[in-house]
Amino acid sequence: MKFGVIVFPGTCDDIDAQLACARVGDAIPLWHADHDLQSVDAVVIPGGFSYGDYLRAGAIARFAPIMTEVIEFAGAGGHVMGICNGFQICCEAGLLPGALLTNDNLRFVFRQVSLDVINPDTAFTRSLERGRPLSIPVKHTTGRFYAPESDLDRLEQNGQVVLRYAPSQNPNGSLRDIAGVINEQGNVFGLMPHPEHAVDPLTGSTDGLGLFASLRDSLSGSLV
Amino acid sequence: MSAPAQPLDGFQRALDLGLSADEYARIVELLTREPNAVELAMFSLLWSEHCSYKHSKLLLKTLPSDGPRLVMGPGENAGAVDVGDGWAIAFKVESHNHPSAVEPFQGAATGVGGILRDIFAVGARPIAILDSLRFGEATSERSRYLLQRAVAGIGHYGNSIGVPTVGGEVYFEAPYEQNCLINAMCVGLVRTDDLIRSAAAGPGNLLVLFGASTGRDGIGGASVLASAELGEADASKRPSVQVGDPFEEKKLMECSLELLRRRTLVALQDLGAAGLTSAVPEMASKGNVGIDIDISRVPLREADMEPFEIMVSESQERMAGVVEPSRLNQLLETCAHWEVEAAVIGEVTNTNRIRVFNGPELLGDLPLDVLVDGCPLYELNPAPAPNPLYPPPNATLESKDATATLLHLLASSNIADRRYLHEQYDPVVGSRTIRRPGCADAAVLTLPNGTAIAIAIDCNGRRVAADPYRGTIEAVLECAANLACVGAQPLGLTNCLNFGNPEKPHIAWQLTESIRALGDACRALEIPVVGGNVSLYNEGPDGPIYPTPVIGLVGELPDPTRAGRLGWAQPGDAIGLVGDFAPHLPASELAKLRGEPLPDSLPEVDIAKVQATQLAIRDAVRSATISSAHDIAEGGLATALAECCLAVDLGCEVTLEEGTEPTELLFGEAPGRFLISGPETAVAALGQVIGHVTPTALQINSADTQIDVPLARLREAHASLATLF
Repeated sequence: MKFGVIVFPGTCDDIDAQLACARVGDAIPLWHADHDLQSVDAVVIPGGFSYGDYLRAGAIARFAPIMTEVIEFAGAGGHVMGICNGFQICCEAGLLPGALLTNDNLRFVFRQVSLDVINPDTAFTRSLERGRPLSIPVKHTTGRFYAPESDLDRLEQNGQVVLRYAPSQNPNGSLRDIAGVINEQGNVFGLMPHPEHAVDPLTGSTDGLGLFASLRDSLSGSLV
Repeated sequence: MSAPAQPLDGFQRALDLGLSADEYARIVELLTREPNAVELAMFSLLWSEHCSYKHSKLLLKTLPSDGPRLVMGPGENAGAVDVGDGWAIAFKVESHNHPSAVEPFQGAATGVGGILRDIFAVGARPIAILDSLRFGEATSERSRYLLQRAVAGIGHYGNSIGVPTVGGEVYFEAPYEQNCLINAMCVGLVRTDDLIRSAAAGPGNLLVLFGASTGRDGIGGASVLASAELGEADASKRPSVQVGDPFEEKKLMECSLELLRRRTLVALQDLGAAGLTSAVPEMASKGNVGIDIDISRVPLREADMEPFEIMVSESQERMAGVVEPSRLNQLLETCAHWEVEAAVIGEVTNTNRIRVFNGPELLGDLPLDVLVDGCPLYELNPAPAPNPLYPPPNATLESKDATATLLHLLASSNIADRRYLHEQYDPVVGSRTIRRPGCADAAVLTLPNGTAIAIAIDCNGRRVAADPYRGTIEAVLECAANLACVGAQPLGLTNCLNFGNPEKPHIAWQLTESIRALGDACRALEIPVVGGNVSLYNEGPDGPIYPTPVIGLVGELPDPTRAGRLGWAQPGDAIGLVGDFAPHLPASELAKLRGEPLPDSLPEVDIAKVQATQLAIRDAVRSATISSAHDIAEGGLATALAECCLAVDLGCEVTLEEGTEPTELLFGEAPGRFLISGPETAVAALGQVIGHVTPTALQINSADTQIDVPLARLREAHASLATLF
């Protein structure tokens, strides 16, 4: 199982994402200017401020050369996890529904939040312990999930809302407390919390590790 | 009227640029001619207080700066200490006070940018930022504005570049109303073999400028802003404040670190205050060589810049490197990969002169022994102020009731929960942070060799104002205490000495006493001073700031899994009080709330005794025989107990012996005291058992005072900072 972690200029959490992936498989960096996914089994688009997030978070990264390959990979059913800036990029690229807007208090927020797993049957959540909330940090200025009401209804009906901030835990004003969504096909997952910063008991919780492990289990067929 | 003669022009211009009449005369004498406009601009910056340390250098030389673990000492972009297995930690703290007073967001942001460059300029990857902030009282609208914008600026830069902000401190005191302090500390990790110095070498080697292009921002920042008192017309100085671009710096940082990894460079120097004017002569002077620089080759943001503007621009996110001609292509490749602009702008010579060209035209030609070494160093004329310098604070607390006093202290701006501020910073990026802000008395980060470092930054300016010598001793001991509470042993110290105008005898006295204390404390604790920064002229129309020698301390702990915490572990654990227990009220937080004037001095500190206590705490944390450790500081014992409760949502019940006046006992302050918790035998072995951990309330019983407050009420009081914004 080989994870590819995309590195744009301005990406900050790439090493962290590689370390997290390396706990469940192999991980290599993928450079934004390349047109080669190097035969990875899954792509992680990590957090940070790609291209300085100038113009709009994720708006420039979406046009990076490597994104042509990522979009094609996803179109062919390849698994993509977009974390924070990666989530924003996936939305900008049309890989995921909705948009991320500036937090309702207009400030950057770092907070360890509690998340409810709404859909435990995705490729990214299937190995998690059922019914147990996840403690994972958020850190962003642009994390308020938004979509038109009708789209939100549809996302909920389709099981595309994968993670919600637990009651009273919503740090940014996201509509319907949405913290993570998946595409209709179930192979592209975006979330604002940073599971790569919850994989080591020494530095925090280990609740994020299950998301990476789920993906490994899904792709290696060890969990049917 | 006839036009003034040419020499008078130069003289008047020198005064306008901040040089004194004597200094101008010295330049003319040493050069044996009048400097031209470009040369004069260079002198005015290199001979400014900010660049030359002319009022502090003689004092700083008295500080101990060597030790068995030191691998890079003062004089380089940052100092560094050995942390074992071929790894070193580079660190430094620096001020950006005046720019931040004029434009807090960019001032604070570029302060972070500047200290980050200092760290990667020695080849280290920045792994942590801490900040030390001072503002006027939180009731002042201007202070709240400055705080909000400065915090946003620090967050903007640190968060965007992917270096965690792992700790810091902020105090609110009226003397900082006109002149806030923004000090930023950066800590970097480097293979000892990869440390690089800034000394240029090898005549014929090329000087390369890489990073952002050069614009008109920040012109005169070091001389106009940093080396003069603040005054009425400061809004007009906004153009002297630099503008930061963390994205550019992120690319520059990765590019620089890759260049060092590939061993492409001979020397590396960041461009900070005074831009090329400071960086190029420093590199040449340290390497005992000369440099010819051609400003026509500097990539510009604006086409029509004057030569002196190019030389003094403080445009951010730029580095200067020296490269052998055969390695130039490698350098250009690496820069192209990271989308960083690079240009050869000069050449190393054997002339010991800086020559500035604009294409073929020679604009300036200065010997380094005049430009760099010719700056006069001033002896200070210290004398204590005959009258109190600082008016008593406004009283905000009338009640003598112990519970009301505790709640008022917890809600006071200097003690209130910092969560509102910490939440605006990313403390975890890099996956090294073991103790985030609010979890322990010091930040703790893992190292690649399986050990960890702890970092603390602190200074209580009010106590230094009361007694510059003992207050400074206390600041060093406080940082060492913070390290002890996580189980760390100090390895090296950096400092940022924020003082008023040193040409005034009472400020000179504060500075002299403080540096004397810093030396004494460091010698006693055997901690080398690896480098630092001096920020003088911190005065407003209403007077000087509290003298504020901010101390940054880095230490090591062998086992990261045993890093200490400040909060209680579990109900039933015994609570112990460790250390000599002699709290005093003068200069304390409570004295401030009661509007009491500063005392003339602080009680004497027995450094050896405090150090012995710290060692005992450190060893107990390291061996995991106790469960929590917290140093008793602002607000005294009662406040410290509340902090241990609130960190984890547990209560406590303690009984204090009679004998001391209850207010002093509960709220008095003194260095060298700790609160610990854990199994009763372990706690009793270290100190006096005073009670135990309980589930839900803070209860303190003493002779004639009783405090019994539910945690929810403590928490409400402690959360007061957020309600101000």
